[in-house]
Amino acid sequence: MVGFDILSFIGGIHPPYCKESTEKRPIERLEPPGIVVIPLQQHIGAPCEAVVEVGEKIKKGQKIGESKGFVGAPIHSSVSGVVKSISKMPHPTLGECMAITIENDGLEELDNSIQGESLDSLSSKELIEVIREAGIVGMGGATFPTHVKLSPPPGKEIDTVILNGAECEPYLTTDHRLMVEYPDDIIYGLRAIMKILNVKRAYIGIEDNKPDAIEKMKGAVSSYRDIEIKVLRTKYPQGAEKQLIEAITKRQVPSAGLPMDVGVIVNNIATAAAISRAIREGMPLIERVVTVTGGGINEPKNLLVPIGTPFSYIVDMCGGFKEDVAKVINGGPMMGLAQYTLDVPVIKGTSGILLFTSKEVKSHEEGPCIRCARCVDVCPMNLMPLMLNAYSKNRSYEDCGKLHVLDCIECGSCSYICPAKKPLMQNIRIAKREVINMRKKQAKAN
Amino acid sequence: MNQLIVSSSPHINSDETIAKIMRDVVIALIPAGVAGVYFFGARALLIIVVSVVSAILTEWAMQKLYKKPVTVDDWSAVITGILVAYNMPPTVPLWLPVIGSVIAIAIIKQAFGGLGQNFMNPALGARAILLACWPVHMTTWVAPGPDAVSTATPLEILKSGNIQNGLPTLWEAFIGNIGGCIGETSALALIIGAVYLLYRGVINWRIPISYLGTVALFTWIFGKNGFFTGNGIYNLFVGGLILGAFYMATDYATSPVTPKGQLIMGFGCGIITSIIRIYGGYPGGVTYAILIMNIVTPLIDRYTMPSIYGEVEENV
Repeated sequence: MVGFDILSFIGGIHPPYCKESTEKRPIERLEPPGIVVIPLQQHIGAPCEAVVEVGEKIKKGQKIGESKGFVGAPIHSSVSGVVKSISKMPHPTLGECMAITIENDGLEELDNSIQGESLDSLSSKELIEVIREAGIVGMGGATFPTHVKLSPPPGKEIDTVILNGAECEPYLTTDHRLMVEYPDDIIYGLRAIMKILNVKRAYIGIEDNKPDAIEKMKGAVSSYRDIEIKVLRTKYPQGAEKQLIEAITKRQVPSAGLPMDVGVIVNNIATAAAISRAIREGMPLIERVVTVTGGGINEPKNLLVPIGTPFSYIVDMCGGFKEDVAKVINGGPMMGLAQYTLDVPVIKGTSGILLFTSKEVKSHEEGPCIRCARCVDVCPMNLMPLMLNAYSKNRSYEDCGKLHVLDCIECGSCSYICPAKKPLMQNIRIAKREVINMRKKQAKAN
Repeated sequence: MNQLIVSSSPHINSDETIAKIMRDVVIALIPAGVAGVYFFGARALLIIVVSVVSAILTEWAMQKLYKKPVTVDDWSAVITGILVAYNMPPTVPLWLPVIGSVIAIAIIKQAFGGLGQNFMNPALGARAILLACWPVHMTTWVAPGPDAVSTATPLEILKSGNIQNGLPTLWEAFIGNIGGCIGETSALALIIGAVYLLYRGVINWRIPISYLGTVALFTWIFGKNGFFTGNGIYNLFVGGLILGAFYMATDYATSPVTPKGQLIMGFGCGIITSIIRIYGGYPGGVTYAILIMNIVTPLIDRYTMPSIYGEVEENV
């Protein structure tokens, strides 16, 4: 019976969940650090410009960086204190980035601008403005500004909103814990999204390895007829936007298209919760839940962390790391980014901090491709990873383009499954970059 | 803290390795070997051992010669050695498996770039060459049992049309109590191994099932006494068909990687095998069918690429 109801997609892999050490741990509020480093770029789009000066005294929740372009999101201080410097600092996804360093005075003085409203009293235009002003971006990791996503161009009919609670990345449990502990916030945020888009139908997709979250969320939506919980098969990358949309609505987002092309807008669970706080409390996005886990950390936790908190401080607050830590990852093990230092801060898109011991970081000798076709079988986009890999290594980027390399969603399933341990994902990523550059040049030449 | 490792995602990998896959194939081939030794005696075992040892030594020597890393521990040379032996009659002189393995590994596999690069199945390529060079050794059959009475294979009997005279029953063909190559006669043993390979996900059903289905259908339709008089089921269990369909047509390096291509591979093998069996001068067609399809594999892959997710017609 159960098997037939569970939704999914074709392809994908089954990595071990590795969520046991944190999935039952309630979210703890992290004691704010003495210093926060808040990068001026934490989203896709134009970087922010600082609107405070060195030496200035600022309050918690105060806007400290404003973005000029439409695609962009302002940033706010996560503590009250004094601006120490505005300089280039290590960044978890960009390597380096201009950042505002603030010394925390520990007073937690709130900015005057922070005032709660209610969903009913705001128009859809005003709601979008609240979301923009709160600096909310997609918190699943992509960090696309949410107010832009919620402003589809005229002509795009949106009839369905999906909240992504799949959390298909192994190890991560932030969305899981949010759903268990803050279901009402999530629903409130979802209702705001539905009001903005004037949509009458919403789904929340959750993988079936989180039965407690499914139960809690089902309870929370019981009084809403237009919101439905959809149970998804636990399979990676179930939470990838296109795969999630197909599993729930049976609609296929066209190649090079966006979810809105099939009338759908997808948001992350944490994003919905952030929207709720922005409306009800007026609180901008200045903290987020981060799963700190992996074999290399002494006390794995789900922490509510002020944006800008250095990884090193978080590690200390989780009992420190074990001696043989070999890899630190911002995000999940499938798509996260390996860090070269613990001096990087938590940003809006940091869903997890993984510390892997040398045992967990198996280094594999690369073997020859035996053409086993496992990569072809698992690719959720129906690409031919073995051929893209070979062409990329051969610098035949044009051929990569013909084989639709740009449709790759970089889920990494091909690299995961490869028995020859070939770094397929890495080579395909290189090819993508080259193809994009080539096409830009061609467009210019024309 | 140590220096941190920075590498591209994903940061975790499956436990699957080339050696594990190849070892699974070796495990799957064991029942057929046991059956071969049971029916044809200790000499069959000796041929298998000689063939495997020659294959491993050749792989080692070639990799040393080419100054490549030696990968004899990946089990792939063992598979080739086993298959070379399985494709020989139990009566061959012991130097023949040595030559077979050397041809398979040195020429067909290593000279073309090693594992994954060969354009045809090494064991079958070697068998084709041995058949051409030493046709008598390669087609001298004995009946199972200690006396080594010479016999004809079921396919030869079918070809001669003299089927009243000693055509084994379907049951005998199924368990392997018939004349033939060491590893090909016992369909039962081969199927046990094939089920293991399917269960372990080493092979999928597409090539073997489309291959077997095509042969059963065509040999039934184009029977000796007119349309729909052939015995398609009997044809499945004689000759090297089961061995070929599950263990050689599915060879990764020489079969298509696309799902549609794999069906075409099986279908093509089935058609060629049937044509040779029904109309050809040679009783068995599995070797040549698979070799021919091996050669067109790159072409099949090229024209059967799956349409990508969300593919739309180019702006019409």
